[in-house]
Amino acid sequence: MNLTLFVWRQEDANAQGRMEKYEAQAITPDMSFLEMLDVVNLGLIAQGRAPIAFEHDCREGICGSCSMMINGVAHGPRPATATCQLHMRHFKDGDTLHIEPWRSKAFPVIKDLVVDRGSFDRIIQAGGYVSVNTGNAPDANAIPVPKVDSELAMDAAACIGCGACVAACPNGSAALFTSAKISHLGLLPQGGPEREIRVLRMVEAMDEEGFGNCTMHRECEAVCPKQISTNFIARMNREFLRASLKHAKT
Amino acid sequence: MDLNSQVPSGPIEKKWDQHRFEMKLVNPSNKRKHTILVVGSGLAGASAAASLAELGYNVKCFCYQDSPRRAHSIAAQGGINAAKNYPNDGDSISRLFYDTVKGGDFRSREANVYRLAQISVNIIDQCVAQGVPFAREYGGLLDNRSFGGAQVSRTFYARGQTGQQLLLGAYQALERQIHLRKVQMFPRTEMLDLIVIDGKARGITARNLVTGTIESFVGDAVVLATGGYGNVFYLSTNAKNSNATAIWRAYKRGAAFANPCYTQIHPTCIPVSGHYQSKLTLMSESLRNDGRIWVPLKKGDPRPPNEIPRQERDYFLERKYPSFGNLVPRDVASRNAKQICDEGRGVGPTGQSVYLDFAEALERLGEETIREKYGNLFEMYERITAENPYKVPMRIYPAIHYTMGGLWVDYNLMSTIPGLFVAGEANFSDHGANRLGASALMQGLADGYFIIPYTLGNYLASTKLEKVTAEDPRCKQTEDGVSALTHQLLSINGQRPADSFHQELGKVLWEDCGMARSEAGLKRALRKIPEIREEFWKDLRVIGANEELNQELEKAGRVADYMDLAELICRDALERAESCGCHFREEFQTPEGEAKRNDSDFCYVAAWEFKGRGQPPALHKEALHFENVHLTQRSYK
Ligand SMILES: Cc1cc2nc3c(=O)[nH]c(=O)nc-3n(C[C@H](O)[C@H](O)[C@H](O)COP(=O)(O)OP(=O)(O)OC[C@H]3O[C@@H](n4cnc5c(N)ncnc54)[C@H](O)[C@@H]3O)c2cc1C
Ligand code: FES
Repeated sequence: MNLTLFVWRQEDANAQGRMEKYEAQAITPDMSFLEMLDVVNLGLIAQGRAPIAFEHDCREGICGSCSMMINGVAHGPRPATATCQLHMRHFKDGDTLHIEPWRSKAFPVIKDLVVDRGSFDRIIQAGGYVSVNTGNAPDANAIPVPKVDSELAMDAAACIGCGACVAACPNGSAALFTSAKISHLGLLPQGGPEREIRVLRMVEAMDEEGFGNCTMHRECEAVCPKQISTNFIARMNREFLRASLKHAKT
Repeated sequence: MDLNSQVPSGPIEKKWDQHRFEMKLVNPSNKRKHTILVVGSGLAGASAAASLAELGYNVKCFCYQDSPRRAHSIAAQGGINAAKNYPNDGDSISRLFYDTVKGGDFRSREANVYRLAQISVNIIDQCVAQGVPFAREYGGLLDNRSFGGAQVSRTFYARGQTGQQLLLGAYQALERQIHLRKVQMFPRTEMLDLIVIDGKARGITARNLVTGTIESFVGDAVVLATGGYGNVFYLSTNAKNSNATAIWRAYKRGAAFANPCYTQIHPTCIPVSGHYQSKLTLMSESLRNDGRIWVPLKKGDPRPPNEIPRQERDYFLERKYPSFGNLVPRDVASRNAKQICDEGRGVGPTGQSVYLDFAEALERLGEETIREKYGNLFEMYERITAENPYKVPMRIYPAIHYTMGGLWVDYNLMSTIPGLFVAGEANFSDHGANRLGASALMQGLADGYFIIPYTLGNYLASTKLEKVTAEDPRCKQTEDGVSALTHQLLSINGQRPADSFHQELGKVLWEDCGMARSEAGLKRALRKIPEIREEFWKDLRVIGANEELNQELEKAGRVADYMDLAELICRDALERAESCGCHFREEFQTPEGEAKRNDSDFCYVAAWEFKGRGQPPALHKEALHFENVHLTQRSYK
């Protein structure tokens, strides 16, 4: 297959970016999208030109490193698929692809397709944990957890923190990411004691980082490689309301 | 070089308790006067950094990814072992200890392994308390599954994402300490050298991967938790950027490198499909619980698998190992698959794969149950191969997966450089010549949560350290060395990118130092590797500059280290003229084709000491003693 690519190139955070055109030649259907970019990069290097910088590590859809808009869609056309797991068999010979970084105020571009997602870590710092020091734990089976709760907690915990939800949202909201962590911990008895303070702090951190408000466009759910459900956003909103009321009273 | 293992005296069950009692403590109010550098934020690094900070130390933690949550541990699928004996099927600390020593083919240190088995139970408690959503039964209690090399069910799991959930637990603990300002996190920072002052590890020199700034960080001790070196083979199941640079540069500063030739091949990976292949994907070996491995009896049988009747199939693992069947340890399963393919009985377009078939399990348990257990693995498989494993058998082939070798450490997990501790896959400690499934996560977390926080305190409490700042001329010297190397890589201006050398090197290693090794092959590799290295330093092309995010430069530095490491791996494999665990020397096998150990000559840890560029390294031996488990030929028949 041969494809035409238009790729966002930007030398560093302060540079003016632009789209550049490249030909991707001799691409086979079994290649992953990132392997296709590897091939393009080898071609660029051979010509003495700077290869395209993009983030990747596990290439198995779990580390959340890879992050790019493909024809305007975060992680490209396949549902429940991170870019590294997208294969070229889903494209046709002669296709034209536009490849851009995540676009969001809270994710500034560092270079080409690489953005700074440190804001996600700071949201977790605000309360995305159970405050238990090493060595303090009771026996693991001391507290039974209903299987349905633990399965639902796991659905939320499956988030890989890639940021596609933010990139896809017209408001640049991080509600899906934040609500997934709030739900994961809030659904388990271990997360119970800090449930209220957690939601208050994490929502506040989310706002401080410059993410937009959620107005339920549900674009996030559509692009999420782990199919995290927007039901968790509804759950977060309920928890937030409850916690705010309670804390307003005291 | 002194290889004192520091194993405490006394009966094996009491060693760790007694040692904890005897270790010196750092006064709580003094802890905040100490700074500890933790390199790596995987299971071992994140758990160590968080636990040390909870104790009151100041911690600086480094990783090359943009966030500590993305460390390679995130990709572990299958599970984590612990001797909880919740299923009441006869498990115990002694049994986990025994299985691990036997699985490692009697090339690990008994006392370390026993401690690991003891600590395993605390890990599960800790993780559950953090909110790790392990799989549960309907009654609300934790579920277990079985894994290769064991006859009990002791593996805890969170769907097929156990590593992710354990790492997120440790990451969250780490982020909490960052919030409390006890840990300062340095993401996108790559350690490029170790600072040794007065014979002690006192800091690291690192490159900021965004700006290219080369900077030194100093402290009172350094913990390396930088993962394994499987990527030296180019194609492996490791994350693309996993590398050996941190441990290799520490080796060059005097830390002994132990058993580099112990590299593990995982039996259940998705086969290679083409030259562009950038990495291999593992399918958790938990699949072997319900999947049956087979090939057609007839060479080159053209029929699709579903049309081959049962009596014309060879379930070769079940045939050769009736009591363990498809659950034999990884090395045995891998070697058998290779043998079958070498005989020409492999399947798929390349003939380099065997079937892993779920047809029977689907019939017995129903699709729903299988989906619940392995859903995401099946999906992953289909995504990569465009074949539906609910309908047709998977095709699998072995790939490089894990490295048991690593920096030599004593019982306290301290290397031969005082003050340099090594945790997780980066050290050589617990798995001998072969690691059992679900034991790496256990070891990484044991090291980080429960061992290093104690033993590092003991070191600080019993060592006098001079005051050092990052402005010290000895730090400056290290920085100059790092800059010089970076600029050398940038100025070769040749024709070939780093990847092409890496691929070439990987091929040599896979052919001659992979699943099966021989004297002739190893000697051939030892001739070829220096040639590739010479080409590398003459013909490398790195586009761009140091003062920017430069992924080609990062790769080049790592490949430069792989060239040297590959040579040491082959040297070690040649020196070890026996077969043990994953180290299979064709000259040394039983009549049934199993690894044949030579305990009278090789019952030792091989620890290599760097002797300078161009000089052969020196081999030191730590003798291994087996007092609790009898040295026997492994048998999984
Ligand atoms: C696909 C796959 C599946 C697996 N499944 C299982 C399983 O089911 N059960 C099991 O027990 N084990 C499993 N393993 C093995 C296990 O995941 C690893 O051995 C373990 O996670 C290693 O953890 P670690 O903390 O030692 O290192 P890693 O998780 O590799 O972390 C290394 C850290 O070091 C950092 N780093 C590296 N070099 C530098 C440098 N120079 N400067 C700064 N930072 C650096 C990285 O950024 C990273 O943070 C699996 C492995 C793979 C590849
Ligand atoms: S590279 Fe890890 S999720 Fe894509």
